[in-house]
Amino acid sequence: MRLTRRTFLKVSGTVLAGSGLGVSLKPIYAHAKPLKIRYARETTTICPYCSVGCSIIISTASYGKVINTEGDPNSPINAGALCSKGSSLYQLSINNPNRLTKPRYRAPYESEWKEVSWEWALDRIARNVKKSRDESFRQTNGKGQTVNRTEGIASVGSAALDNEECYLYQKFLRGLGLVYIEHQARI
Amino acid sequence: MGSNPASNHPVSFKWIMKAVEKGGTLICVDPRFTQSAAKAHIYAPLRSGTDIAFLGGMIKYILDNNLIQEEYVKNYTNASFLVNPGFKLPGDNGGVFSGLKGEAYDKASWSYQTDAEGRIRKDETLRDSNCAYQLLKKHYSRYTPELVSSITGTPKEKLLEVYESYAKTGKPDKAGNILYAMGWTQHTVGTQNIRAMSIIQELLGNMGLAGGGVQALRGESNVQGSTDYGLLFHILPGYLGVPRASDTALAVYNEKRTPKTREPNSLNWWKNYPKYSASLLRSFYGTNATLDEAYSYLPKLDDGVDYSWLTLFDQMYKSRFTGFFAWGMNPAVSSANIFKVRKALTQLDWMVNVNLFDNETGEFWRAAGMDPKKIKTEVFMLPCAMSFEKEGSITNSGRLMQWRNKAVDPPGEARPDADIITDLYFRLKELYETEGGPLKEAITKLTWNYGEAVVEGRLLHVDIRAVAKEINGCFLTDKLDQASKREFKKGDPVPAFAFLQDDGSTSSGNWLYCNSFADKGNMAARRGTKDPSGIGLYPEWAWSWPVNRRIIYNGASVDLQGKPWDPKRAVIAWDGTKWVGDVPDGVGNPGSGRPPFIMKPDGVASIFGPGLADGPFPEHYEPLESPLARNLMSPQMNNPVIRRWDKPGVGTEMDIARSADTLFPIVCTTMRVSEHWQSGVMTRWQPWLVEMEPALFVEMSPQLAREKGIKNGDQIFIKSARGQAEAVAMVTERVKPFLIDGKTVHQIALPWHFGWATSATRAYGARDKKPEIFTFGNAANRLTPTIGDANTMIPESKAFMVNIFRKGVA
Repeated sequence: MRLTRRTFLKVSGTVLAGSGLGVSLKPIYAHAKPLKIRYARETTTICPYCSVGCSIIISTASYGKVINTEGDPNSPINAGALCSKGSSLYQLSINNPNRLTKPRYRAPYESEWKEVSWEWALDRIARNVKKSRDESFRQTNGKGQTVNRTEGIASVGSAALDNEECYLYQKFLRGLGLVYIEHQARI
Repeated sequence: MGSNPASNHPVSFKWIMKAVEKGGTLICVDPRFTQSAAKAHIYAPLRSGTDIAFLGGMIKYILDNNLIQEEYVKNYTNASFLVNPGFKLPGDNGGVFSGLKGEAYDKASWSYQTDAEGRIRKDETLRDSNCAYQLLKKHYSRYTPELVSSITGTPKEKLLEVYESYAKTGKPDKAGNILYAMGWTQHTVGTQNIRAMSIIQELLGNMGLAGGGVQALRGESNVQGSTDYGLLFHILPGYLGVPRASDTALAVYNEKRTPKTREPNSLNWWKNYPKYSASLLRSFYGTNATLDEAYSYLPKLDDGVDYSWLTLFDQMYKSRFTGFFAWGMNPAVSSANIFKVRKALTQLDWMVNVNLFDNETGEFWRAAGMDPKKIKTEVFMLPCAMSFEKEGSITNSGRLMQWRNKAVDPPGEARPDADIITDLYFRLKELYETEGGPLKEAITKLTWNYGEAVVEGRLLHVDIRAVAKEINGCFLTDKLDQASKREFKKGDPVPAFAFLQDDGSTSSGNWLYCNSFADKGNMAARRGTKDPSGIGLYPEWAWSWPVNRRIIYNGASVDLQGKPWDPKRAVIAWDGTKWVGDVPDGVGNPGSGRPPFIMKPDGVASIFGPGLADGPFPEHYEPLESPLARNLMSPQMNNPVIRRWDKPGVGTEMDIARSADTLFPIVCTTMRVSEHWQSGVMTRWQPWLVEMEPALFVEMSPQLAREKGIKNGDQIFIKSARGQAEAVAMVTERVKPFLIDGKTVHQIALPWHFGWATSATRAYGARDKKPEIFTFGNAANRLTPTIGDANTMIPESKAFMVNIFRKGVA
């Protein structure tokens, strides 16, 4: 039986009511049980939600699965503490079956997605970008001033990127000549 | 004020409670009695959109009772500067400052008097009627407690209690701190809200001290970094300006943007601008182009034209774009007036949406009222890696740059964003090299040498540390640095931004981050936990810009002799031969007379701030949508220089506003809850969080609920001039009606994290279990208006007008 948190609460409620005591009578067994993270690899990360910058320890099993996430006690920012969102980081990575795992494509006038390969998707996007850029690129404006800009493509994003990715993304966009470049900081 | 850290930045509140344990006083000013208010010593309610009235009253209180930190005000601010006698205040000029021409100010009269050498004239006694201090005093003399209370709805005795308590921090050895968030920025007067508090902090001598300052609680883990890196139309990395069309050459651009000063003691740090712009151009094109060529490749904006968020979607609505990237963003929920945004997306030929989960932007063609068979837009939804499925750095609200390590691979075929960007870049480079195209060199000559994984000319995987090193910067030729007489070899990392050059011999992707990955390696990954300062600086934990300085403006934390204003909590101090403590900010040796705010050309903080679009002092104006028919402060109803999208010929038929309209009599604000984040894309898919906050709700007072026949838990509709949303009523004593101008005004609040993309409708694999619980409810931004702040164009989502009805009634 796969337990969700909800069914776990229901089950444990029943068990506690049945035992009549509500406490475990096996403290020695509990003490001897090794922590599940004992053989895990620990890495640190910074929480992806708000901007406080809490440090979080990720425990990864040898088979590549995240088995625990918890606040990093050494961080002077959070000293081990996390909020409800930071505490649920465990459910954001590969443990979440809802994550997107393949590129998807919705063709014009279609009502459904279809899964496509990265190769196909990126080739087609590159082709679209080139067409939009070449059709809308202006070397001069109405006053005859040099502007060298692509007017037909816009971009929003992203404060969800790492610094190095933000840097690469703006380099990419400005290299293409975009001027409509915006993101979360404006809203 | 303007934030609710207990709910929205909960771990920051841990330290606020530590300060309270040590005897600190916590004040909370908010339209609602929030979780932060519940822990405050003083709670004062105020109507959304009236913060300037509230703070203006505090400035008046401080000046009337002479509670300023006088030495600080005289030496570290422009209080003594003499302003042009032609300058007029709103109280003498129909509610606007002098110089208003149509919808913009001519700022000629907002200038300083100068002597024969061009130096600013000053009155150190602060008595001249044209000095900034006396103008400030005159301006806020209109902000009496009675008038302020009538505008804000804050009881007069509460106003005075807050003013008296906060003004106590004007003693040299006391510090006061303000934490604000979107509650201040999302207004037509957002920038001036923050200016008003900055003026208070200057008067009380609270800038630069331990426990002082004006803190922006930023909403996203790396929104500080993404701003530092210029993902906005108007700035390049390191806050360098995006060139305008009239900046016809690099020399012209540098000349126009490098500030000059005649103040003899001012350091004027931005005089180094040409070093940073040259180094940035090298980071784009390396030595593949000369500096002048590289500058010519950069796209230029037309002079005086805005390209920001609201304009972007307005242009999209008007079919001006064929292509669009929504990279790690969900504007179909997060933008103001989302019905307009969603319709704008139907005008595109193609859109690329990169995200972790399904979201309303990628699936806009499934929105309510959309017929996919009539929508031409080609949509690509690309799966990316999340924070610990790749490595890289982020920068928190306090400018602290911290490194994230990779723990696991991303699921399925999801890829790190840097790899997706790079893959796309190399495909485009090949297309331009083989087929040509306009100004193809701007693309093909970009440097993109980030690792060894190159196959057939394409880099397949980015080494993020190589990017971090390029951002830090390196020498491109052997160079003798003239200032330090240090010799550098080609390829050496630049140790700090003071060594950057304007001749093209250095490259740096962001001067502010120069020093983050130099000869000592990756500073952001440091984990030292020593705190020799005793005030929590932890100088060896990660790295903060600039040059690992932990408290910015700390040069203002000491007096003219270098002695800390607050010796018990010294940030820096002069030990007779050198500065000790934090990395000192801009201070010269004691006695040098150098004013400490070195990023300002004149070296001092601005009591009088002529740089803003809407006035050198903050003035109260009503939100675009207000319950009042007139501004109780002046004849000028709204900020006179906001761009009105609802006027004919400006926006579209979807840009509607209704002020003082009996159809929409209730003030509304958006807000957040701890368990969700932003548009909900990264929280609506986690069962733990969904179980705690499953649905859209509206907080309202019992009085309003009685008037509307609504009971706690009822399904209700909220309607604005733009649209309607359905939600659950939460009737609570934590919301109270306001008494405004003698009449009762109701306010409600709703969180904005919801939308239709949830786990309820997701197509699962055969072995996946359907979730037992999922979120429901509409996006609050169905209701919000298209209107922006006069300086930043941040939308006014914290004060607009609505009505509510029990479901079945309307």
